[in-house]
Amino acid sequence: MDILGTVLPALGDAFGLILQPGVLMFLALGVVMGLAVGVFPGLGGIAGLSLVLPFIFGMDTVSGLALMVGMVAVVPTSDTFASVLMGIPGSSASQATVLDGFPLAQKGEAARALAAAFASSLFGGLVGALFLTFFILVARPIVLAFGLPEMLMITIFGLSMVAVLAGRVPLKGLAAAGLGLLVGTIGEADAGGSLRMATYDIAYLTDGLKLVIVGLGIFAVPEIVTLLRQDRSIAKGAVLGAGWFDGVKDWWRNKMLSVRCAVIGVIVGVIPGLGGSVVDWIAYGHTVQTTKDKSGFGSGEIRGIIGPESSNNAKEGGGLVPTLIFGIPGSGSMAVFIGAVALLGSGDLEVGPQMLSANYLDITYSIVWLLALANVVGTALCIGLSPTIARLTTIRFTLLAPFLFMLISFAAFQSGQNLADLVALFSIGLLGIFLRRFDWSRPAFLIGFVLSNPAETFANQAYQVAASKFRDGMASGMEYLFGPIVIVLIIITAISIYFGIRQAKVIMAEGEVESGGKRAPVIFMALVGIYFVASFYNASLISDRLITDKIFPMFVASVGMICVAIMLVTMARRPATDTIFADRESHGGDTPPVHGLWPTLAWFGFLLILTSLVGFILALLVFLLAFMRIRAGLSWTKAGIYTVCSIAFMMFMAWVLNREFPPGLLQHFLELPWPLT
Amino acid sequence: MSGVSKHLRHAAVGAAALAAFGIGASANAETNLAGKTIQWTIPFSETGGSAKWANFFAPLLGEALPGSPKVVVRFMPGAGSTKGANWFQKQKNGDGTVMFGSSGSTQFPYLLGDPRVRYEYKDWKPVMATGTGGVAYLPAKLGGKFDGSANKLKGEKFIYGSQGATRLDLVPILAWKMLGLNVEPVFGIKSRGAGRLMFERGEANIDYQTSSAYLKSVVPLVKDGKAVPMMTWGSLDSAGKIVRDPTFPDIPTFKEVCGKTDGCKASGEQWDAWKAFFIAGFPVQKIAFLPKGTSQEVIDTLTAGFAKVKGRADFEKISAKRLGKYPMFVGKDAQAALGRATSVPDSAKAFVKKWLKADYGVELK
Repeated sequence: MDILGTVLPALGDAFGLILQPGVLMFLALGVVMGLAVGVFPGLGGIAGLSLVLPFIFGMDTVSGLALMVGMVAVVPTSDTFASVLMGIPGSSASQATVLDGFPLAQKGEAARALAAAFASSLFGGLVGALFLTFFILVARPIVLAFGLPEMLMITIFGLSMVAVLAGRVPLKGLAAAGLGLLVGTIGEADAGGSLRMATYDIAYLTDGLKLVIVGLGIFAVPEIVTLLRQDRSIAKGAVLGAGWFDGVKDWWRNKMLSVRCAVIGVIVGVIPGLGGSVVDWIAYGHTVQTTKDKSGFGSGEIRGIIGPESSNNAKEGGGLVPTLIFGIPGSGSMAVFIGAVALLGSGDLEVGPQMLSANYLDITYSIVWLLALANVVGTALCIGLSPTIARLTTIRFTLLAPFLFMLISFAAFQSGQNLADLVALFSIGLLGIFLRRFDWSRPAFLIGFVLSNPAETFANQAYQVAASKFRDGMASGMEYLFGPIVIVLIIITAISIYFGIRQAKVIMAEGEVESGGKRAPVIFMALVGIYFVASFYNASLISDRLITDKIFPMFVASVGMICVAIMLVTMARRPATDTIFADRESHGGDTPPVHGLWPTLAWFGFLLILTSLVGFILALLVFLLAFMRIRAGLSWTKAGIYTVCSIAFMMFMAWVLNREFPPGLLQHFLELPWPLT
Repeated sequence: MSGVSKHLRHAAVGAAALAAFGIGASANAETNLAGKTIQWTIPFSETGGSAKWANFFAPLLGEALPGSPKVVVRFMPGAGSTKGANWFQKQKNGDGTVMFGSSGSTQFPYLLGDPRVRYEYKDWKPVMATGTGGVAYLPAKLGGKFDGSANKLKGEKFIYGSQGATRLDLVPILAWKMLGLNVEPVFGIKSRGAGRLMFERGEANIDYQTSSAYLKSVVPLVKDGKAVPMMTWGSLDSAGKIVRDPTFPDIPTFKEVCGKTDGCKASGEQWDAWKAFFIAGFPVQKIAFLPKGTSQEVIDTLTAGFAKVKGRADFEKISAKRLGKYPMFVGKDAQAALGRATSVPDSAKAFVKKWLKADYGVELK
């Protein structure tokens, strides 16, 4: 295809299409809405798009696209606020940002961290759009080259990032990843529908645990509880240090890293079926491997923000490729996007190969332009807001915590609209607290969880197809399994693991942890071991006819059991000061807490039980008032104002997004008006 | 909420009384839904075909109903749609503000006695139903061996990307088995779109898509000479007989192909089972329901709303694009359609269960 002859005129036409006041207005509206949704932890593009869906029907095509692209493009920008300021992954795309972003906020450098993140996001978004401009014309054969073996290898490459993030005891990192993989298999198997560590009596478990809940539970809950126990502000000493200008300079110094990570983002985004949740981890792993002085990672290394943030906006551009030219969504929000496109204008536009035909190329390119423009507008807004929003880190955390807990409970509930979502959040949160306490790598756990389903299904399917090819002949089987892309990926993975293991000891992804006392770490280790054994036994009960449903959990559980067994032996031999006995509760590590773990947790347990009795809003009323009066020591008046404002905010958000609240027993017997339903 | 609705119901009854005495201008009693929000719950995620279906109808329905209420689509995915259906079974709010949309994937577990099913189709009040069709296709190379019968394809090894044997995929897998084809399903595909991509990459060498997806994504492949259509599942005429699919009049039906293929019989236990599940999955695929205990006025109002949508001058044009050219049943026709979709003889259920266990080790218990 004559690229220049086709692309340039279409690009020009597309530019003309979007440079209309109406279109720009819708773009701005989309951006503002996207920012608002992104700031809300746990709610991503899908929630935002559902918000505009009712208005899309029959809307002018380009205006509608402007509204939707504006929204989708800025979610990975604004979700950084929660990741950096609160240590809560704003969405699955910015999980890795938490690792270094939050420590910077604790040092009082939130504005710097945010500015670096936004500059990287913008740059990544623009690189993504630029790449897309040319890539989209040659993408079809490339996407078709990624078969099951290639996708399996990318998944394994993603898992190899565990090596870098494993922490000081590699076996422990491996066991953490194994635990994540196993937790990811809970529920109905994709292949044969067998249940794993679940029963039909607890219908909730048959669907498996949702990423939103695991992400919030593993990262947000432990962070909130820790800060709450210390009863201080997020920024130690409550002062703001370096400002946003430093952040932009930081990005400029690392622009090459930003370019590389943006390219990673586009490429991983292009491959359908992987989803965006692994992009930021691959970018983080790459960043660590290419940084000379690795000692700062986990305690506020600015490169640890620039890498993932450059990749996650670029991913949105990449994700548009399979969406537009194959009609296969690269992510959940893209799937909604496809549905919404069909509602636009006269309904003529349908994503698919025709998007590349001469008739529609200008529309396709207008999407690329809109993507770039939305990134610019969104970033400008975010950078402008960041010094103000960074002040949140100087507020006494006890005042913020219940509000945050309210937000994440609401977000968790949206994933399954079930009270069990809150129970799951609480349980995974508890696991997160212990993983953090005993220095088990939480990133490794999360990578395992995220990649569990792709690893299992791609492995099973690739095996099945390969077996059929091998029946045709050795050569066609080998050719299928070991294509050039697979071989390159195997080499990259091997190199990545080799360097990862060598470097892992230096990288404390979550800060230094002291050791002391054998009892607690050993008990936790043994409990993890018991879970491995139970999973193994549980999977072994599945009929051999459904071998595809049992082989993966049994394999992972076996590896996990071996790791735990070796570590238990090591523990028996080493002194209590060895790193294997890391325990944040011993002494040191965290700032010594003012409050105990259990009383703090009891507050949230209280909210949970109250919700199950009287529903979310009534429970919040009691919980917020009591918490503010008793724990925070506010006057009744102030506690009252706080409670009213928080609940009003909650109701406003739910009303705008058309969402429900968790009902309790009371609602079972009485029909109450919204929002008490 | 309930107070308001009671008030409205009184108003509606009043209106009905007026109409009955011949004073009202309109023939039907209608509930005015002004200022209300109709929550249309879809037991799937925002990304599936049912979402597309509901999102297409929601704004049109809102426009067509008296008082122009807001119609919002709500998604409640989980447990292969049984979670949303179980939820709907418990709904008592019959004032028209609660609506549900089921699909073939909700019908199949119900018919197969899935242990998670706690719902009963017979309790629900259908107001609208639509159907679809399906087309099976082959790669160009194998397509050459297809001569209207599957006789020359019997020695081939087929790979098919499937979402699961207990889903809609049951219909194509059983059809191919009846033709004597050696098809190995690769389970765990996330969507039919992903299955098509496997076909395009050459990993799968047999596939099927529902009509709208076939028109959109496979027809270009056929034009490029990369794929060849094999057969449609067909369409039901008013007498309940399988005839050629009006969307694809040139493609033979499975029934025709079966008739020409050695060893395949379009009668008997196996055929009856296939036909029963085909009817439950395709010609009456998606149904909009009101909950148990909804008053007749409200049912009439919603039915009239959907009838008005169907009667739009541009309806055929805009729906053909998104849903394919298939019948839309309203009111009594929807009730009849539901009857066809859910009345599968026990022998057919038993046959399918036995076959699933024998061939794939899948047991529903």
